[in-house]
Amino acid sequence: MAAKKLNLKDKYRLLTRDLDWEFSYQDRKEAFPYEEFEGIKITDWSKWEDPFRLTMDSYWKYQAEKEKKLYAILDAFSQNNGQTNISDPRYVNALKIFLTGVSPLEYQAYQGFAQTGREFGGVGARVACQMQSIDELRHVQTQIHAMSHYNKFFDGFQEFSHQHDRIWYLSVPKSFFNDARAAGPFEFMVAIGFSFEYVLTNLLFVPFMSGAAYNGDMATVTFGFSAQSDEARHMTLGLEVIKFLLEQHEDNVPIVQKWIDKWFWRGTRLLTIVAMMMDYMLPNKVMSWKEAWEVYFEEAGGALFKDLARYGIRMPKYAETIEKEKEHISHQAWWTFYTHGHATGFHTWIPSDEELDWLSEKYPDTFDKYYRPRWEMAKEMEAKGERFYTKALPQLCTVCQIPMLFTEMDDPTQTCYRSSDYEENKYHFCSDGCKDIFDDEPEKYVQSWLPVHQIFQGNCGGPDVEDILRDYYRINVGADNMDMKGSPDELRWKEWKGTA
Amino acid sequence: MPVHAITPNYSGEVKDRIENFNGNQVVYVGWDKHLMFCAPFAFPLPPDMPFRVLFESVMPDPFCVHPEWEKIDWSNVSWLLDGKPFTPQLDIALQDQGIGHKSVVRFQTPELLGFQNSGV
Repeated sequence: MAAKKLNLKDKYRLLTRDLDWEFSYQDRKEAFPYEEFEGIKITDWSKWEDPFRLTMDSYWKYQAEKEKKLYAILDAFSQNNGQTNISDPRYVNALKIFLTGVSPLEYQAYQGFAQTGREFGGVGARVACQMQSIDELRHVQTQIHAMSHYNKFFDGFQEFSHQHDRIWYLSVPKSFFNDARAAGPFEFMVAIGFSFEYVLTNLLFVPFMSGAAYNGDMATVTFGFSAQSDEARHMTLGLEVIKFLLEQHEDNVPIVQKWIDKWFWRGTRLLTIVAMMMDYMLPNKVMSWKEAWEVYFEEAGGALFKDLARYGIRMPKYAETIEKEKEHISHQAWWTFYTHGHATGFHTWIPSDEELDWLSEKYPDTFDKYYRPRWEMAKEMEAKGERFYTKALPQLCTVCQIPMLFTEMDDPTQTCYRSSDYEENKYHFCSDGCKDIFDDEPEKYVQSWLPVHQIFQGNCGGPDVEDILRDYYRINVGADNMDMKGSPDELRWKEWKGTA
Repeated sequence: MPVHAITPNYSGEVKDRIENFNGNQVVYVGWDKHLMFCAPFAFPLPPDMPFRVLFESVMPDPFCVHPEWEKIDWSNVSWLLDGKPFTPQLDIALQDQGIGHKSVVRFQTPELLGFQNSGV
């Protein structure tokens, strides 16, 4: 008689719930030491329901099919010189930021979910974290593969892994994940699973992947689709965790709210770079950052927080500040990189007149008043042969590690200064949101590895900026950095197109 | 509790303590309403350096590229030290006039409104 075939539900039960065991001679609390110190109360792990009930064998099967298709498309892209079909070589600089800034976060997510999976006492949550962990490892691999083709033809991709730990602006995404991974397992889940994956990741993956499609970058579109099908599962995990925590005990509610406030703020600061990519770095633009924020956060996120209100959860703190910042942050960020274009691993440029007009149209209340004049000034300087590069190093925010480039929202011409004194030292912040995060756990953030201070301490080589760029960052000075205009990337493109 | 940690009384290493800066302290300097400079500048300076050296030798190099730098009437400039009104003493050391490690020095030139009067 043939063996009876198990249905998926039974298979899942056998592969998860029944893998757990009773601790007969060990204290369960010693096996899961991280479960309690954050103050979260779990009364019954069996209430956890993994909405996907994915088993390892079906996972392998499903993902293997996806990978096969992905690599077939990547091969075709490379054999057909897909790099020549993109809209404009400026576009590739967004990929350089993606590879140096975002892909290493996938690797951090892989490590973080593997660790968190070990720390949860509930086996359903453990298995879900394990699946997500493997997904994240695949994502970093497929992203590196997709972008490695561009590395053959454009500058700036070659040292992404080395650079993640060193370059000044990469301390922003790096510190975001370091902060989450240095927290307990429940905060990690609220930080990454809920705030980032559930609420904010759409803003990264959906418009950015559409941007890739609009700009003829089929390699990125393909890995984007492959990743996006996993994201649905990750988002469900993030939401399930939040609901589970809130249903387990009412004492969890204020703790979770504090984490939502914190990670929502950190997440929006991190997404400043995506805002800049959408508004300034895509030659063919999909939608403005402001429009994306309205669709994906104000509408979608607003509905979510209405749903969570029955648990006593309110909108993240400073949501009203963020609503105003959508008018400003992309412009402030691109100006920062433009003025530091000698110290970045990618090229920057003055937007074309058509692009400036597009920005005026998309930002009628702010662009002409506050931001167009910067570009008029830059154009004047460039015309005189004095392309502007900032000569000194910027003050950084101790928490988000972004230069203090954000302004007061009731006066966008005034830099926002905030500070705290802690044990006879001063600490500075770009915003009330970052100051709150520091004040809540100062002992954590006194350890911030702030690139400017590390350079001053002599920990990054030197002494001159050029030495640091070349020896410590491994930027190929003169090729990877400086203006797009006149760069080897631009010259190569013109040769391909016969316009040199 | 100043941090939520599994280790009781956990304390972090203060990475930016003054002892780590090889005899210097960090001083931040910002020109209000002049966002050509996207953020205030950070400088590593000896604590016993007179303010005059900061003013005459350190600040001009990064700030002087702004077309309004030359138009500043310094007798009319108001200064803030860590957010409070302050009158710098040119020949007195930074540390002797309260400019300590990670202090913020800001100067305001209200008659200069930036490029195209836009705060740039």
